[in-house]
Amino acid sequence: MPNNKDFVKFAKVDKSYDGKVLVVKDLNLDIAEGEFITMLGPSGSGKTTCLMMLAGFETPTNGEIYLDGNPISNIPPHKRGIGMVFQNYALFPHMTVYENLAFPLRVRKIPKDEIDKKVDKALSMVSLAGYESRMPGQLSGGQQQRVAVARALVFDPAVVLMDEPLGALDKNLRESMQYEIKHIHESIGVTVVYVTHDQGEALTMSNRIAVFNDGKVQQLSSPDQLYESPVNSFVAKFIGENNTFAGEVVDVSKDKCKVKLNGGGEIYANPITVKSKGEKTTVSLRPERALINPDEKMDNSHKGKIEEVIYHGDHTRVRLNLLGNNEFILKIPNSSANLDIKLGNEINIGWDSADARALDPK
Amino acid sequence: MSSETNKILTTDGIPLEESLKKAERKNKIKAFLLVCPLLLFLIITYVFPIGEMFTRSIDDKMITNMLPNTFKSMENWDGQEMPEENVFENFYIDFKKLVQNKEHGKLAQRLNKEKNGFNTILKKLFRQIQRNKIDESGSFKEQITSLHKRFNNVEYWRAIKRTAPPYTMAKYLKGMDLFIDENGGIAQVEEDRRIHRILWLRTLEIAFFVTVFCFLMGYPIAHLLATLPMKYSNLLMICVLLPFWTSLLVRTASWMILLQQQGIVNDFFVMIGLVSDDNRPEMMYNKVGTYVAMTQILLPFMVLPLYSVMKTISPSLMRAGKSLGGTPFVAFWKVYFPLTIPGIGAGCLLVFILAIGYYITPALVGGASGTLISNQIAYHMKTTLDWSFASAMGLMLLTGVLVVYWIYNKLVGVDNIKLG
Repeated sequence: MPNNKDFVKFAKVDKSYDGKVLVVKDLNLDIAEGEFITMLGPSGSGKTTCLMMLAGFETPTNGEIYLDGNPISNIPPHKRGIGMVFQNYALFPHMTVYENLAFPLRVRKIPKDEIDKKVDKALSMVSLAGYESRMPGQLSGGQQQRVAVARALVFDPAVVLMDEPLGALDKNLRESMQYEIKHIHESIGVTVVYVTHDQGEALTMSNRIAVFNDGKVQQLSSPDQLYESPVNSFVAKFIGENNTFAGEVVDVSKDKCKVKLNGGGEIYANPITVKSKGEKTTVSLRPERALINPDEKMDNSHKGKIEEVIYHGDHTRVRLNLLGNNEFILKIPNSSANLDIKLGNEINIGWDSADARALDPK
Repeated sequence: MSSETNKILTTDGIPLEESLKKAERKNKIKAFLLVCPLLLFLIITYVFPIGEMFTRSIDDKMITNMLPNTFKSMENWDGQEMPEENVFENFYIDFKKLVQNKEHGKLAQRLNKEKNGFNTILKKLFRQIQRNKIDESGSFKEQITSLHKRFNNVEYWRAIKRTAPPYTMAKYLKGMDLFIDENGGIAQVEEDRRIHRILWLRTLEIAFFVTVFCFLMGYPIAHLLATLPMKYSNLLMICVLLPFWTSLLVRTASWMILLQQQGIVNDFFVMIGLVSDDNRPEMMYNKVGTYVAMTQILLPFMVLPLYSVMKTISPSLMRAGKSLGGTPFVAFWKVYFPLTIPGIGAGCLLVFILAIGYYITPALVGGASGTLISNQIAYHMKTTLDWSFASAMGLMLLTGVLVVYWIYNKLVGVDNIKLG
């Protein structure tokens, strides 16, 4: 695979619909060829707008988008050669599955026998061979979704955009489709730009994730980095589960700081964005990083009272009141059945200060 | 599988079908009672008047009741030779009764329509009866045939026999400029009197073109309505509906103000130098006026069904068409347009059917060359008082509409219509 690092490039892109509010602010994003990149963010964060600008349905108010080195702002959508999978599939309801898939090939004036071959190949890729003559209305949601994916890929586009394609499917189907799309991406090596608000989906499928909020990319990194080392409290809160403590930095060194909590008590944390004493901060800690009755000497160890126990099958969630935070969540694997988890009990909770990330106070 | 063919029973042992029927009966009765008022209303205001129209249009009982004995005795007459004595006798008896009831004039009028010349000879017979000149003990045949040579002409007796059935298709034939000639065959009326066929053709032509114009103008409007943001589309919708809420007469009258020779449109044309002041084009009292006014008035009937269909078409379909490489035109023609066909069908059918029976507008702005068949119907209803002819033409119009509907159903399928 030729690895063009900035195959798709957003350069200083701004977008405003009404001239008053910027939906996308100074977006700079490079997407490598063959990469699976996800734009993740809450609704209204500008991620779909970015996708629409790339597809050509919206024009950037400022800045330029490059595809393989060429600016594309003045190229109409039908000449960009970008495949797109829409949120509601957007299959043509009056055409059969075959005609839907043949549409992009017919408008490109490809000979009939070649169209047949390509349609066959695309349909078997999404394991729908034999469904050529069905109408979209006769297919289930998952099958329609696969036809939509096949249609976006059948004309061998350089880039495929997917706008929350799995939003309408139920949970099981959504998960199996995630793997299917991931495998298709791996086998044909097309560049995929995927938009979703579902973090699980983003973590499962992507090479890199761009977390959007408020028209800006908050963090752009691989799924594990995003989860393990969020760079600000929005990302920490948005991705995965999170225990937070609000407080003020009272002492800071290179890789450790002391935070005086608003609810009373002091903890040690890993200074990510805080630089000096007196700064307000929010300390973020993943539930699975806090341990009960820590054996080794962890630099944070506190007593908490169990407020709620919820059985989740493979694990048990325990809500504690710890250092004035009564929303402190613990995840306990079911193998540790010997622990005395009962409502009202006081237990010892410990964690490493390196896992507690002191971020911006928001 | 077992060989059991027993009916499925409910837990109480009642056959399932029976139990289901019983459970649904109450709902069915309720539903029926709810639609009952409408059903009655439709029967009273629709089925009954149309039935009445139909009987009126083919009714020819008047003459049957006037000459009961004559027709009875004519049953055995083959119509080749002059009728026998008993026919003349019965004719005399019937006619004398009519004279006593002073209804002979009506008979003369009716028979004269069947064959010219009856008026004169029946007047002659009437005078003879008034003066008691007919000897009732003598041969009626001899006395009557001697009154006028036409009584001796078998053609006239055949004409009487033709009027015997209580029903006639004559009004329908007249509506198509045809009539039953002396020999009982169907013939065309003289060329300079064939007005109805021209009117039918003109009605079809105007309805067709009004539909086409409405479609050409309504499609973009409906598209705009369906795609504009809410606050603009509401305003546009009001603009489309506003004329709808204005009285038809007011709208037609405003077109008269606009289109007349000294009207606003002509003034404007003169002002911008398009036409000279002494050569203002006639835009009213001809087809142009009818086209313009009817198109404007019927436009909402095209826009609304189209709009309701377009509203359901997801904008992402057009986007998909474009992103897959279709030019905007291809995306429109291959994706958007086929999906609007149900709305086009509904709109065209609605406009065409309304246009084919349109009355007030052509009557006011149509002039001589812009009137339609419905104006002719109204003319016979109000001026000539030939209600049976008006009924016949009304039914022909209704049949025409049903035929259009049938053809449409064959071509597009009524299931595909979407009225809203």
